[in-house]
Amino acid sequence: MTGAEAVYRLESVEHRYGDRVVLQIDHLEVVRGETLCVVGPSGSGKSTLLRLLQFLERPTTGRVAFDSHEGGPDVSLEVRRQITTVFQRPIVLDRSVRANVGYGLRVRGIRDHATKVDELLTALGLSALASMPARTLSGGEVQRVAFGRALAFEPSVLLLDEPTANLDPRNARLVEDLIRERQRRGVTILLATHQTFQARRLGHRTAFLLDGRIVETGPTQEFFSAPRDPRTRAFLTGDMIY
Amino acid sequence: MSADLLTEFARPELVAIVGLTLRVTGTALFIACLVGVPLGAMLGLVRFRGQRLVTLTLYTGMGLPPVVVGLFVYMLLSRSGPFGALQWLFTPAGMIVAQTIIAFPLVAALTMSAVAGVDRAVHAQVFALGASRVQNAWTVVREARVGVTAAIVAAFGAAISEVGAVMLVGGNVQGQTRVLTTAIVLFTRQGDFAMAMALGIVLIVIAFAANLLLLRLQGRLGER
Amino acid sequence: MAHLALFLAVAAFVHAAPPVLRLATTTSTEDSGLLAAILPAFEKACACRVDVIAVGTGQALEIARRGDADVVLVHSRIAEDQFVREHHARERRDVMYNDFVIVGPADDPARVASTALASDAFAGIARATATFVSRGDKSGTESAEKAVWAAAKISPAGAAWYRSLGQGMGETLVTANEQRAYTLADRGTWLSMRQRLPELRLLVGGATLADNRDPTLHNQYGVMAVNPDQHPGVNFALAGRFVDWLVSPATQRAIGEFGRQKFGQSLFYPNAARRER
Repeated sequence: MTGAEAVYRLESVEHRYGDRVVLQIDHLEVVRGETLCVVGPSGSGKSTLLRLLQFLERPTTGRVAFDSHEGGPDVSLEVRRQITTVFQRPIVLDRSVRANVGYGLRVRGIRDHATKVDELLTALGLSALASMPARTLSGGEVQRVAFGRALAFEPSVLLLDEPTANLDPRNARLVEDLIRERQRRGVTILLATHQTFQARRLGHRTAFLLDGRIVETGPTQEFFSAPRDPRTRAFLTGDMIY
Repeated sequence: MSADLLTEFARPELVAIVGLTLRVTGTALFIACLVGVPLGAMLGLVRFRGQRLVTLTLYTGMGLPPVVVGLFVYMLLSRSGPFGALQWLFTPAGMIVAQTIIAFPLVAALTMSAVAGVDRAVHAQVFALGASRVQNAWTVVREARVGVTAAIVAAFGAAISEVGAVMLVGGNVQGQTRVLTTAIVLFTRQGDFAMAMALGIVLIVIAFAANLLLLRLQGRLGER
Repeated sequence: MAHLALFLAVAAFVHAAPPVLRLATTTSTEDSGLLAAILPAFEKACACRVDVIAVGTGQALEIARRGDADVVLVHSRIAEDQFVREHHARERRDVMYNDFVIVGPADDPARVASTALASDAFAGIARATATFVSRGDKSGTESAEKAVWAAAKISPAGAAWYRSLGQGMGETLVTANEQRAYTLADRGTWLSMRQRLPELRLLVGGATLADNRDPTLHNQYGVMAVNPDQHPGVNFALAGRFVDWLVSPATQRAIGEFGRQKFGQSLFYPNAARRER
């Protein structure tokens, strides 16, 4: 982990959809180069948090700052382009797998990217499907394509929403290996997952999100071995009812 | 069909008729797409106030009878009308104006509909991949390419098959403003159904070839 | 906007090499083939191009009324006189005439063949309630038809056997052929389409115009140059030359010759004798 420089700073963030408060975070910092795993039951606000960090939406109140740039969808293109999200249900474009994986590079004006794309396809076991229309792929294949697509342009921030949810153990392993590789390169990663074991494997820090609030955060080791909050404990042991 | 009918096909007059048909409809379609595709895409991409009214207007435009459009354009281009000085009445230029008016609502409304039909999640996905607003819009339009192609095909079909507007505005002048449809009307009127049918077949063949081209263009947009 | 229009108009004018004369006429006149036969001589003589806009009589006059045509050639005396009265033309001149004939099904259920007068034939058709198709398009032909019904003191509108189509001469003949009906047609169109109308025969009007014993079937063509006082944009000079050419002895002869080879008879009889005042 590199120096304690905050990449993200969230202050007094409250996000509402209509009357419903879906996220309420008083203070959160994400340090450059760290991998923060966010665990919690579905509907706890993990995806919303990731949307705010991607600047897809501006929080109803409060501020989300990236590298001291604050904002929402109006944030500058340069800032936005350092961050990417792999969504829980990724959308592939109606073109070939190869074209999909190269998309991020194309929009950034990087034309000569065939080798880079092929490398990623191989790393994800998608080489055989390279020329196929991406729309015809299975759920697991789509997830891998989306992951490769996100890595292709080397973003400094990776926001991952259940990246291995649809993957069989082998492919899940391929994805985690790639995550680890990016960790080594100093990429800042936010990983939302309900797979607590994945959090244990990959996270430097873990946070527990419940009903839109952060109940507890801590270095992963500590978080799992000695959770402070009883709710965290209940969630981790599977005793929580929700 | 006898051998003389085949020689009829080769008549220079017929070549001129086909040439003019392609020129008038082709130009009208080109202008309609140049304005209609971007406009339709914009309308389909953003939500705005008065969207329903615009949609209604365009949909109504799709149903305009060509002869009514022809009458309207005639009045505009007549020497006793506001644009008489252009002297576009009874010329291919006037016919192009009329056909552009016929084609435009089809292109715009159907493009709008196709683009609006693209999963909204695409916008978010592409945003997250670093697309600028323009790139985002263009990607969404490319996702809608099947629908957009259909819009162009529909507009082409409407323009090349209409007779009311080109007859009124063009006058079916031999050698100057006679196109396939007005020639067919002429031959039918004179009772020469065989010739009229033959021209009808030529029209269908042209439509077929044009649609083939459009489909290939659509396919190419999916490859990159 | 005005500047753009002016520029384009000038550009169009400069670009269009030969001057253009716009002639509005009727579909039957064009379909007879006469214009295609005689116009090239005029185009050569005046180094111009004649754009023939062939539509229904009403539309031809309306086009001229709007100043969108330079000269109009129709065969509807009443409408032409009205046109002059409204000052859309300074004068009208006779050009040629032909006649109308009554054609009908070969088996002639109304038994009107060889009747001398059209009104008697129409009365017979009404009595027999035999199907009759009318152009119904305010054309010169339809005016003549209406006059014949009036002479027979019959009002066929609304009767089940009377079909008003709203179509040109060619379409009307084709429909008459399909339905084995009677109709009034100008001889020129009848002659040129006869072969495609196997169900029909010429029943009233005689084999040639000379044999037509009914003066009400006389069909006079008139030419009018559109009045530049009302419509300054028209090419009055060229229109004037056209009218002079049309009534000139040489052209009149050509008009009389037309059709002789193909049909064994003239389709039109030139009669541009004197100037109308």
